[in-house]
Amino acid sequence: MINFLILPILIPLISGVLLIFAAKHVMLQRWIAGLSALLTVIFSALLVQKVKTDGIQTLNLSNWEAPFGITLVSDMMSALLVLTTSIVAFACLIYSFKSIGHEREKYYYYAAFSFLIVGVNGAFTTGDIFNLFVFFEVMLMSSYVLIVLGGTKIQLRESVKYILVNVISSALFVIAVGFLYSVVGTLNMAHISVRISEISEVAQPGIITVIAVLFLIVFGLKGAIFPLYFWLPGSYYAPPAPVLALFGALLTKVGVYSIARTYTLFFYHDTGFTHQLLSTLAILTIILGVIGALAYWDIKKIVIYNIIIAVGVILVGLSSMTPDSLAGSIFYLIHDMLVKAALFLLAGIMAAIAGTSNLKKITGLIKQYPGLGWTFFIAALTLAGIPPFSGFIGKVLIVKGGFEAENFWGAAIVLMSSLLVLFSIMKIFINGFWGTPRAYKDADQVPVGKLMIAPVILIILGVFYGVGSEFVFPYISQAAETLSNPNIYIEAVLKEY
Amino acid sequence: MKTNDVILQTATKIVLFVIVLFSVYIFFAGHYTPGGGFVGGLLTAGAIILLLLAFDMKTVAKILPFNYMNMTALGLLIAIGTGAGALLFNKPFLTHAFTYAHVPVLGKLSLHTAAIFDLGVFLVVVGVTMTIIQTIGEDE
Repeated sequence: MINFLILPILIPLISGVLLIFAAKHVMLQRWIAGLSALLTVIFSALLVQKVKTDGIQTLNLSNWEAPFGITLVSDMMSALLVLTTSIVAFACLIYSFKSIGHEREKYYYYAAFSFLIVGVNGAFTTGDIFNLFVFFEVMLMSSYVLIVLGGTKIQLRESVKYILVNVISSALFVIAVGFLYSVVGTLNMAHISVRISEISEVAQPGIITVIAVLFLIVFGLKGAIFPLYFWLPGSYYAPPAPVLALFGALLTKVGVYSIARTYTLFFYHDTGFTHQLLSTLAILTIILGVIGALAYWDIKKIVIYNIIIAVGVILVGLSSMTPDSLAGSIFYLIHDMLVKAALFLLAGIMAAIAGTSNLKKITGLIKQYPGLGWTFFIAALTLAGIPPFSGFIGKVLIVKGGFEAENFWGAAIVLMSSLLVLFSIMKIFINGFWGTPRAYKDADQVPVGKLMIAPVILIILGVFYGVGSEFVFPYISQAAETLSNPNIYIEAVLKEY
Repeated sequence: MKTNDVILQTATKIVLFVIVLFSVYIFFAGHYTPGGGFVGGLLTAGAIILLLLAFDMKTVAKILPFNYMNMTALGLLIAIGTGAGALLFNKPFLTHAFTYAHVPVLGKLSLHTAAIFDLGVFLVVVGVTMTIIQTIGEDE
């Protein structure tokens, strides 16, 4: 079936529409949302396998030939990211069933949730720069709904900031696409790449470099790199735990993916300037993220600053542009999506038990909740990159690639950041789980056992991802090959080139 | 003091039909001339808003007993359905089909599934606009 690669976009889209009809029937909504999430996981797993055996999958929508219509492209990187997105979404959905509450469920929570997955999966799959913008907007509109749904004071305040920043960055995105279109005269990503390399045969013209930096600003605003991350810590603090997990695992990663796509497919002719800039910003992002993660005594804030660190680490790997570091970046990207989601869900359970996310008011949880404690411990080790867990291989490859490309500062900062990440997460473990147990007022109303299902699934997958890296690695290296050699992508899309 | 807006209400009753007819014309003209589902939908919504200005919310809800949220969802379903229909024939998503038909009174017509897609857009635009207006209007 030629339409295979659209199914991870189409299934949540249809279920999102059905969920609008079923708005007042909570149980029906849960069934529809759960089934469609499960189907999405299954079909995206099959898609990964198909890309593995048959190479890059393309679909010319409306049956128009490649540069003229919208083309959807599933290379290994996007297929893997779609699969990870579907898994994270499924886990967050299971968690939502027990934690989000009927009030939110009746006001189109699951519909917005489904449309968010449509946007993210679409952004990962599209092969058209303007279509990427449209899927960004689908994703962002749904995230506006999810961030404000419930209408508490903090949510209202933070959603104003969040929407303001994203409206401005979306306007910049349109302007950047406009500039690019006026220079190259096409919107199909593969075709843009061909046109740019035609005009950059001797030296990359200045205007292309300017557009590259403009795209970095746009996607940096979405993906929270230094100095454009200022909106993230506040905005992500506002929504409830499953929404926060979804945002932390998916939204910034779409920005990172877009930087990866544009900087490996379009703007690879003048790496001396553009990738040097990317590298410098990535290093500063790590440093600022680490400072934030160490400074706070609030569980959610610590994990939120860890998102920023991870974005920096991935971009350091990307800016080195060696096959090893690109593979490491992809490996780390997927690892980070799984583990960040698990950490946010675990932090959500801790905050629900204690009634606060202030670390100084939580102590001795491991006596009553040993399962929660040890799961969190494994998640912490995974995040920091202790072998044999999954953070390790990604970081090793990024560091190795960094040394090969003589990006010594980047490699050194990535290594040192691991230590401080471990410190910031262990601070939660030591202060929250050790010590003398304390009685919490509403602790027995929290269905800890049922809430634990979702993070445990994610952690098991994360551990398998690290321990079974021998099995995973062929997929990753196939993805990295497309990134380091854009001709593979171009040939798959534009058949005659 | 309650004002008597008999002129406004009488004029509305006549103008309403002109606007609705115009919006239907714009909707069907979209393939060959400027127009289409989006402007058509906005014009229809404009007609309903004129009704809301001349009368009150309850009267309009009685005349047009639609659930606009469901109308939006129905429009989306129609639009997705036209795209997904191509999957049944193993064609790429959104591939449209068209044919020429000879109808006794109207003569030669070109029938295109893009018109059904436009109908979806039309319903979504009307549904969304009316939901926004009604929600703000009912807000105390």
